[in-house]
Formats: sequence, C-alpha cells, structure tokens
Amino acid sequence: MKQTCKNQLPALIVVFVLLIAWQMGAMHMNAAYILPSPTQILDKLWQLRGPLFTAHLPATMQVTVIGLAISIVFGLALAVLMDASPAVARAVYPIVIASQTIPTTALAPLFVLWFGYGIWSKVLVTVLITFFPITITVYDGLRSVRVEMVELLQTYGASRTQIFLKLKLPATLPYFFSALKMAVPMSLVGAAIGEWLGAQAGLGYFSRRMITQLDGAGVFAPIVVLSVVAMVLVAILGLIERKVVRWRGEQ
Amino acid sequence: MLEFHHVTFQYEVEDFNIIDDLSFHIAPGEFVSIIGASGCGKSTIFRLTNQLLPVKSGEIYVNGRDIHSQSRYCGYMPQKDLLFPWRTVGENLRLPLEIRGGLSKVQMDERVHAALEQVGLADAKDKSPAELSGGMRQRAAFARTILTDSPLLLLDEPFSALDFLTRISMQEWLLGQWERDRKTVLFITHDVEEAIFLSSRVLVVEQTPIRRLTSIDVPAAYPRTRACLGDPRMIALRERLIDMLRKQGDE
Repeated sequence: MKQTCKNQLPALIVVFVLLIAWQMGAMHMNAAYILPSPTQILDKLWQLRGPLFTAHLPATMQVTVIGLAISIVFGLALAVLMDASPAVARAVYPIVIASQTIPTTALAPLFVLWFGYGIWSKVLVTVLITFFPITITVYDGLRSVRVEMVELLQTYGASRTQIFLKLKLPATLPYFFSALKMAVPMSLVGAAIGEWLGAQAGLGYFSRRMITQLDGAGVFAPIVVLSVVAMVLVAILGLIERKVVRWRGEQ
Repeated sequence: MLEFHHVTFQYEVEDFNIIDDLSFHIAPGEFVSIIGASGCGKSTIFRLTNQLLPVKSGEIYVNGRDIHSQSRYCGYMPQKDLLFPWRTVGENLRLPLEIRGGLSKVQMDERVHAALEQVGLADAKDKSPAELSGGMRQRAAFARTILTDSPLLLLDEPFSALDFLTRISMQEWLLGQWERDRKTVLFITHDVEEAIFLSSRVLVVEQTPIRRLTSIDVPAAYPRTRACLGDPRMIALRERLIDMLRKQGDE
C-alpha cells in the first residue's frame, strides 16, 4: 500500500499543480461562464447534488449498463464464432475493422431521428462505440492461444468444447478484462454523447442545458461526475482482474 | 507395441515426402531414442503417431491395432512443459483425467497426489507453475504425461531447454522412473550422449526424406549409472553416432 502511494506520488503532484494553475488562471480571468475555477465547480456540484445524483446519474448509468451488456454479449458471441469458424472470421473481421473508422458520433443525430428521445438512441451509440473493441480484443485473445497447448489437449483426446472451456476461456480472460477496461469509459462517453444530442435526462443532457444558460460550472459539474464514475468503475475492474487473473504475463 | 508399416507423409507446403515408405517396430517395454539433426523430420514421426498429422499412406499400429480406431494410446510430452499458468501444479496434472472423465473429484485428487509423490513434487501441489524451477516444471509435465495412463510415452526433447547439470540429473531421474514402470518410451533428442545413456536401442535418422531408421543396440545393461558412459564400447558408439549425424548435416 505504501509502495503504491509512493508510485502514484509524481502523478498526484502534477495533478495538484495543474489544478492550482487552473484555479489561479480562472480567478485571474474572472469569467466563470467560460472558465469556471475548480472550487466553483465543486461548489456547483454540491448545490446540484440533488438532481445530478438522483435523476441524471441514474439515467446515464441505465444507458451505459444496457449498452455495455449488449456489447459484451454480442461481442463475445461474435468473437467466439469467428474463432470457431475461419469462414465467419474471413467474412466478418474486415467489416469489423472497417466499421471502426466510421465516426459514430457524427451519425448519432440520425439515431435520435430513428429511435426518438428515449433511451434506445443512446444505447445504440454506446453499443456502436464499445461493441467493436470488445469483439476484436477478445477475438485476438482467442487467436493468441498457443497452438502447442491446443495440440497437447488433442492428444489427451479433448473435444472442441473441452478445449474451449479448459484452455481458450481461461487464456482469454486477461484480454477480456483489457476489453472491459477500455469499454467502460467509452460506454459512458457514448451515453453522454447520445444524451447531448437529444434526451430528457442524463449527465450529457444536463451539461448541455447548462451551456444554454451560460453556466460554466454547471457544464463541468456533470462531466466531473462522469469522469469519477469511469475511474471508479475501472479501478473496481482492476481489483476483480487481480483476483481472477493472478497469472497475467506468465505465459 | 508401436509399428510403422510403409508410412508416407508429405507436408502441404513441400513437394516431396519427408517420411517415405518408412517401417520400424518398437517392442513393449523398450526405451528407444530417435536421434537426427535438427529439422530432419524426427518430430514428424511423433506427430504422426499421436495423430496430430494424418498419414498420406501406410498404417501405424499400437498394441497391434490401427491407431485410427483408438484414442489415448500414447502420452505425448513436448519440448516445452506447457503447464497452464492459470492452474496450480495439481490442477495441471488433473487435466488428462478431467478430459477422459469418469473419475470423481476425490479419485482424481488421489491419482494426482500419487503422481506428484512419484516425481518428488508432493509439496508443489498447490503452487503455481511459475514458482517451480525448470527441472521441477519438466517433472510436473512428465507426471501429467504419466496420468494419461498410456502404455506408450512419446517424449520430444523434454530436457533440451534445461541447463547442463539439471539435464544430467533429469536423465538419471527419468531412467529411474522407467526402470520402475517399464512403459514403452520413444525419446527424441539431438544429444548423442543423452540417447546412449538412456536407451536400450538408438534409431538414427541418416537422411531426409526418412526412408529408414538405422537401429543400433546400446551395449550396456540396466540399471545404469553415468559410469557406463566411460566404457570403451560406449565411447566408440558415441563417436560413431556423431559421425553419422555429421555426415547427414554435411549433405
């Protein structure tokens, strides 16, 4: 624990210095509607805690969780399917790669037209942003399983299912966690973007409403919440990963 | 025990048969080494025997029956120990038993415990493979091979990655194991001294494509110690084998 604190110390110092510079710069500019100071943002956060934490955060989390769940289920399924069948991989892999170049955020307004202001237009943005990284990372994980290990199990007379359960599944776990740690912050961003474009609730929606009121601190407050939530979730994932994948990097 | 009957095999990427009309026979309880230069096709013989590669023509018999009608007739131990890093040593040994099925957890634990005791790793059951030294990992991999319960063991350069002293003690250890169990062992190596110290007979790959294996009896009785390597007949045999391998290397 002490060691961890020591390792993080330089980063903490830099963050602290940046915050102080921001604070002083903002106080000097004295234009809170463009550049609010960190203390103003914290103050705003405290004032707005009611609506932020009881209405808007739950709305964003709902979109994030549903979107992420869909991405994980279909991403894993597609990765396993591509690994099991070279024909499927040849047909789908190039499309999956190419689709990553499509600027999803630019298409998002269309989704609002198609699916309306409810949660599904936001869920779609979240899914489109997170589905492909999960699929590709997990697929690469499945491909990276050592051929010799597969062959060893074959000489034991293992079936394809046994090879999958006893070798591919555990060997791919580190990749799965990497994919999740990437996808969680991205899914929050996806949800917020979706809300920004058209919603009745959510942190993205709230942030946008504050812009129209020229409330700089009000724009930042939900963004701070969003970042903190993402960091906490990634930290929790890291803890789970350390429990589940103790052997990382030993292969 | 093991019989090759006019076996021919060709790799798809090559335009010749690397194994060409090869026949040989290993008697039950023999310890036979196959020696030859790197890349001569020794390992191909193993991969045909354990059906990781399909023969082009000819038949391979184990215990008088065609291998295609049987499974789990040979225990294969590759050069790398291939212990799964996410399993403890004990769980690694359980793999062949889990795949075969039909044993209760308690029965599997008993077999694993007995096998670990036999190879002198009783204390390592709950350790992770990363905690073991190279020699210990190799012994664990050997115990895992034993647990396939196959009367025929195919050992593919199992000690080649070990340092010199560990390799010598592992050879003595393996000899002790074999004198105890008297399983049929087919051992691949490019180390001439290792071959004559361990085996009752040496099969030399003199040319590639492999059309025949030159069989040479080792003039020493079991049980053996390293002292037998000082016998003039053993020294002469060693020199003769080195000459044969050199000739192949020059071609």
